[in-house]
Parts: sequence; structure tokens; C-alpha cells
Amino acid sequence: MTKHFLKVENLCKRYKSPKGEKDLTVFENVNFTIEKGEYVCIIGHSGCGKSTIINTLAGLDSPTEGVVLMDNREVAGPSLDRGMVFQNYSLLPWLSTLDNVRFGVRARWPNWSKEKITSHSREYLEMVGLKDVLNRKPSQLSGGMRQRVSIARAFATQPKLLLLDEPFGALDALTRGNIQEELIKIWSHMQQTIFMITHDVDEAILLADKILLMSNGPNAVVAESVVVDIARPRKRSEIIKDESYYHLRNYLVDFLVNRSDERPSGETEALPRSVNPISSFKKKPRPEPVVLNSSEKIEMTA
Amino acid sequence: MQSIRSRSIILSLTILFVLLGIWELANQAPASSEALTEYELLMGGADQEARVPPPSAVIKLAIKEIGNPFYDAGPNDKGIGIQLGYSLYRVLTGFILAAIIAIPVGFVIGMSPLMYNALNPFIQVLRPISPLAWMPLALFIIKDSETSAIFVIFICSIWPMLINTAFGVAGVRKDWINVARTHELGALRTAFTVVLPAAAPTILTGMRISIGIAWLVIVAAEMLVGGTGIGYYVWNEWNNLDLTSVIFSILMIGMVGMLLDLGLNAAARLVQYQE
Ligand SMILES: Nc1ncnc2c1ncn2[C@@H]1O[C@H](COP(=O)(O)OP(=O)(O)OP(=O)(O)O)[C@@H](O)[C@H]1O
Ligand SMILES: [Mg+2]
Repeated sequence: MTKHFLKVENLCKRYKSPKGEKDLTVFENVNFTIEKGEYVCIIGHSGCGKSTIINTLAGLDSPTEGVVLMDNREVAGPSLDRGMVFQNYSLLPWLSTLDNVRFGVRARWPNWSKEKITSHSREYLEMVGLKDVLNRKPSQLSGGMRQRVSIARAFATQPKLLLLDEPFGALDALTRGNIQEELIKIWSHMQQTIFMITHDVDEAILLADKILLMSNGPNAVVAESVVVDIARPRKRSEIIKDESYYHLRNYLVDFLVNRSDERPSGETEALPRSVNPISSFKKKPRPEPVVLNSSEKIEMTA
Repeated sequence: MQSIRSRSIILSLTILFVLLGIWELANQAPASSEALTEYELLMGGADQEARVPPPSAVIKLAIKEIGNPFYDAGPNDKGIGIQLGYSLYRVLTGFILAAIIAIPVGFVIGMSPLMYNALNPFIQVLRPISPLAWMPLALFIIKDSETSAIFVIFICSIWPMLINTAFGVAGVRKDWINVARTHELGALRTAFTVVLPAAAPTILTGMRISIGIAWLVIVAAEMLVGGTGIGYYVWNEWNNLDLTSVIFSILMIGMVGMLLDLGLNAAARLVQYQE
């Protein structure tokens, strides 16, 4: 019996091909764990199956093989325990900002009074800095504001696990930075467990405790699990002054650019390898990223 | 600098007056024939047949009729308001009955590919049938001209609503359904709080098309079944050779049709949303 909060075991997704051809395996042998309160990011090239994984965690999609266990119970369908922030915000356009959040809160606590639902929703909208646009429709908000409503809706239902599918993909760099800092503020004082997809290496380093690296599809795997060994609270303006930040960043970029096509050799059950580029860099201050093989630096996740 | 709106109003009024002017001038009784009026009348209006009544006559009649729309002087002489009332009653009854059936059924078809495939052949065959073609069958089965007219309205207004509802429901964005799913909403809650508002603009468009068709059809239906209603009124005035009344009632049909459309348009605006 594992004590992990969330455990993904041998997840695999295949799509049937039109007659004759082999089935398309999007990903296989996907194993990882998430602990309570942990912030985990997953990075990989477009089409490798990140959204499919997150939808499977949400219970919106079902895997071909493997299981997702949360609190030792199999994830079999969508649940309010797993809140989702979709890539395109997915606000209901006919509802106002406040009503979109109330929609979630009412679903979570059907027995609450109207006043309680409203005040709870307002509280979360205030937290993301939107208390002045409560009555506006999503179409009257900027992309960044919509994303914050979406985040407020997900946080307000207080799910055990929050799933974010490329939440900042459509935002400009400035807005993105602001919302990231807000998100990290909320996360740090709520101890929310978060699993997030991103394309942005800097974003992952700023936010995550652990970054999962996916190789390219088809037949993608989660190849490595990279520990982000940078003290919190992190501030974008401060961590970029840190040399280890660059070391980690180079390591991740190197994976995405040069190594994401490699098939990891050896036992597939052992994937992903756990790596900590920063600690190895501190022990052995050489600038270039190295894949470490000595056993002391490799912790198996299992 | 005038706005487009005020300029278009001026242009509309200009067109209106020019058309009315041409119509008025083209249909003036020739001056020379004035002396013959008495004779003409006795001859059954040989000349009158060739002439459409001028707008001035129509306006005069309109003022008289609209001043007293609800008088009732026997089966063949009722006010325009009463006749329009009968027609509206039939149209609205048939339309509402159709909506009660079409919207839930459209929901089911839109949500379930199985039901869509099962019911689609029926819809495809039944939809192109002219509603008036049902009339003899309706009269035979129902044996009541009033109810038959309502049935014809029902059958003609059901299709646009059914098809638009199914289309709107099937087209609801997957993301919104997923929002409902991640919030553990049941099927009924999802239908009412997500699918219905999402599909409402499309459904309302279907309702607008339906009521437009219903108003077109009621005139013809009432010409067939007779008795009361604006269609009967038009036909009756034609039989009386009272062309002024015919033109007046044509205009009233247009007005009421416009009001019906405006009403549904206002309703559509209430449920409209921007993505
Ligand atoms: N219904 C389907 N039939 C066949 N293949 C599919 C189907 N749905 C998705 N795929 C394939 O699954 C793969 C993974 O899709 P997914 O959306 O999870 O990618 P992603 O990693 O989220 O990409 P992106 O970063 O661009 O969002 C894609 O290569 C896609 O072609
Ligand atoms: Mg994706």
C-alpha cells in the first residue's frame, strides 16, 4: 500500500487506427506520483499527450491501460475533488464573473445558502484581484482576467487536486508573470496540490517542486522527473540572479531540444528517472549539464 | 454630419411617400368619367375592376377600422381586431403546443446520436410536406375546423424549432459540458444550467422562423376553413369585391407579422451571449 497522495501507474493511451494499420499509441508506461501540497509541472512537445494525461487525471478521459489512484482510490470519473482549469478558460459566457464562480461553489456545496455562496465566491474573486468586475460577462474581460476568473472558480471549490492545462498559454509575458505570482501566493498559503501543464520552462521553474519531462510522441513516456531545488518563496526577479537557476534551465532546455526524441534505455518500469540538476551542480561545479548516473544522485520514484 | 440611422429613416420615408404618390396618381379616377359614376355603379363597376383603390381610400378605411376594431355585427361583419385576434389565438396555440413538443424532443435528438439517427428519416420525410396538405386529413380526423387550423399551425411550426434545438444542443461546446462534468452535475442539472443557456440563441432562432411560417400559413388555412380569422376576412372582402378592405387587411397582416417577429427578437436578445 502506497502512501502517495496521487499515484499514476502504467498509464497508456491508444487510439484505434482505421483498418489495417497499427493502433496509435500516444503514450505508454507513464508512472509518477504527487504528494499532498506538491506543485508538479509537466513539460513536453506539442502532441505528446499532456492534455490526455491531465484529462485522465480529471476523469474526463479514460486510459487504455493503467490506473490513476488518488488517496488509494481509483479515479473512475470526474469529481469535485479534482478541479480543472482548462486551457481556454471554459467560462460559461452567459454568466457574469461572479455567477461563474458561484456556479462552481453551488455545485460543491449544494446546501449552502445563497448569501454564503455569494460571499464565498466574492472572497476568491477578491483574492485574484477581480472584485471590481463581478457583474461583467467573460466577453467583456481581457484574457488575463478571464483566466483569473477560471482560477478563482477552481480554487473556490477547494478541490484536493487542482489540474491546470496550460493555463497561461494564451497570455502575454507581462500578464503571465503577474498571474503566476498571484497563483504562487495563493498556493503557498492554501497548501493546494497542483498538477500543471506548461510549455514554458521558466514558468515551470518558478512554480514547481518537481518537473516531469515527456519525450516526444507517439509512444511518449515520462522520461525524467526533475527536482526544482530552489528555496521558496521564489521571486522571478530574484531567482534569475541565481546561477543554479541557469543550470537547471539549461538542463531542461537541453532535454527538450536535444534529448526528447531519445528512447530511454533500460527498464521501462524504472521510468521516470529522478534527477536533481541543481544539487549535482553544487557538488560538482561544472557549468555544462550532465546526466548523472551514479547511484547517489538517482532516486527511483516508486 | 447625420448618423446612418437618421439618414436611413429619412430615406425610408422618402421611398414610402414616392411609392404612395405613384400609387395614388396612377389610380385616380379619370376626371371625364366623373359624370358616369352613377352609371358605372349600376353597371357593377366595370371600370372599378381595372383600378386598385388609391392609398387615400385605404387610409380612410384604416382610420375607420382601427378606430373601432372590435365591433361584432354578425358572422360576416366583424372588426379587424376580432379577426386578427382569432388568427393570433390559433397561431399562438399551435406554436406553443409545437414548442412544448419540439424543444424537449430536439434536446433528446441533439444529445443522443442514437435518437438522432433513429428519428432523422421521419423528420426528413415529414418536414417538406406543405402544412396545408395536412388539412383534409386533419378535417377528417379531428372533424373540427378550428382545431384543424391549430393542428396545421402546430405541424408547420414544429420543424424549425425541432431542428434548431437539436442543432443547438449538439453544438454546445465540449468544454462547457466538461465544466459541468468536473462539477459533478447530474444530467438534468447539466441540461438546464449548461446546455439550455448555451443552445438558447439557436433555439430562439428556430422559434422565430417557426412563428414567421405559422403566420404565413394561418392566412391560407383560414381561407380554406372559413368562419373567422384574418385569412377568412381577406377572402370574404374579395368576394365582396371590396379591394380597399383587402389592401387594408394585407397591411395589417404584415404589421402583426412584424410585431410577432419583434417580440421573439426581443426574447432572443435576452438569451444572446457573446463568446
Ligand atoms: N480522437 C483521437 N483519435 C486519434 N488520435 C488522437 C485523438 N485525440 C487525440 N489524439 C492524438 O493524441 C495525441 C495527444 O494529444 P494531446 O491533446 O494530449 O496533446 P498535448 O500534449 O496536450 O499537445 P499540446 O501541447 O499541443 O496541447 C495527439 O498526437 C493527437 O493526435
Ligand atoms: Mg494540450
